[in-house]
Amino acid sequence: MIEIKNISKWYGAFRVLTDCTTQVEKGEVIVVCGPSGSGKSTLIKCVNGLEAFQQGDIFVNGTSVGDPKTNLPKLRSHVGMVFQHFELFPHMTITENLSIAQVKVLGRSRDEANERGMKLLDRVGLKQHAHKHPGQLSGGQQQRVAIARALSMDPICMLFDEPTSALDPEMVNEVLDVMVQLAQEGMTMMVVTHEMGFARKVSNRVIFMDQGSIVEDATKEDFFGKPRSERAQQFLSKILSH
Amino acid sequence: MLALDFAFFTPDVISGYIVKGFIFSLQLTLVAMIGGIVLGTLLALMRLSGKTWLVMPAAAYVNTMRSVPLVMVILWFFLLIPLVIGRPLGAETSALITFTLFEAAYYSEIMRAGIQSVSRGQVAAGYALGMTYRQTMGLIVLPQAFRNMLPVLLTQTIILFQDTSLVYAIGAYDLLKGFEIAGKNFNRPVETYLVAAVLYFIISFSLSMLVRKLQQRIAIVR
Repeated sequence: MIEIKNISKWYGAFRVLTDCTTQVEKGEVIVVCGPSGSGKSTLIKCVNGLEAFQQGDIFVNGTSVGDPKTNLPKLRSHVGMVFQHFELFPHMTITENLSIAQVKVLGRSRDEANERGMKLLDRVGLKQHAHKHPGQLSGGQQQRVAIARALSMDPICMLFDEPTSALDPEMVNEVLDVMVQLAQEGMTMMVVTHEMGFARKVSNRVIFMDQGSIVEDATKEDFFGKPRSERAQQFLSKILSH
Repeated sequence: MLALDFAFFTPDVISGYIVKGFIFSLQLTLVAMIGGIVLGTLLALMRLSGKTWLVMPAAAYVNTMRSVPLVMVILWFFLLIPLVIGRPLGAETSALITFTLFEAAYYSEIMRAGIQSVSRGQVAAGYALGMTYRQTMGLIVLPQAFRNMLPVLLTQTIILFQDTSLVYAIGAYDLLKGFEIAGKNFNRPVETYLVAAVLYFIISFSLSMLVRKLQQRIAIVR
């Protein structure tokens, strides 16, 4: 589904990604973790072309992201993305947030889009908030709406860029619950997160990044059981010690 | 002691001299506001495009307009355009075009700040949903930029309304001109200029108050 082949990226002279290679099969859930500044967010943003890269290529369902002839908006329209800071559109109601891209990008009728949006809003348990603006919801609620918005496009896979990092602790679980449910339904997911409980519960593989490189790419059993690299061992002991 | 006599200011004088000019001043303000915001937004998008061949001409245009006194732009446009197109344009039409072009430079700086006030994440969210540059700008960024900048845009419009009086340089019949002619005909220039000043003050000041109210409302909504 997602093939990342020898990706390298520079900001000027500074190399942020070094020769990253991995793949996500259909129905797989991959967790990407690592210390801040390790390039994990940059890597996931390369997958749908929000960040450009200078070397290597990424294929989503066989389509090259690096090829300048690729219709990126079209590719992105069926790759869902959830951001750290939700990025709901503050000048629109929740209903409009859910329907705008369906109407403008997929060409669905407003009724059809609203119906699909409401169904997904109900699914994340926020149907009664449809008429509100994003600013009136809590962080956890906003992130659930953001997930519903991404799902409204009927994506073939979902990218999550630290979806719980900006949330108050008591709101983390309501978002993770939605993500776990999604994973169990067989959605292909690439998730940048530090939530090791989530990784343990639903991931197939865990990728550990450090200084722009993929240091470890292992099944979750191997990763949590016996990480090979010293750097990953240190990282795990730090975040699992409490 | 200054002897002022306003007795000549009858409704007939007002409808005969003032109304026509007042309508033109309003028309000029509205046209320059709408045209200036549309043109200014395009200039702002050009300057933020990151493409040198768009940034350079837009920056040159904005900086030139902002560095030349308005009254000179009005004069030059009025004198030069007939030479280019081969026939006179008329003071009113000339003023409408000049003000639109001139104000676009100022509105573009406001819209540029407004666009930059919308976070990069909003742009990324638009793109991630499969929107094109046009859709992301038109549906996501510009509505927020416009809302954030509304008080500043309106304040600029109040300044624009005051500046419309500069069309006296080319003899266009605006609000001030109406008062000036009435003052000459009745030989009461001090009184007419006084009334004109009070009228400009009332309009500008009440609009400023309105903007302040609006600012408070936007601050609450945010």
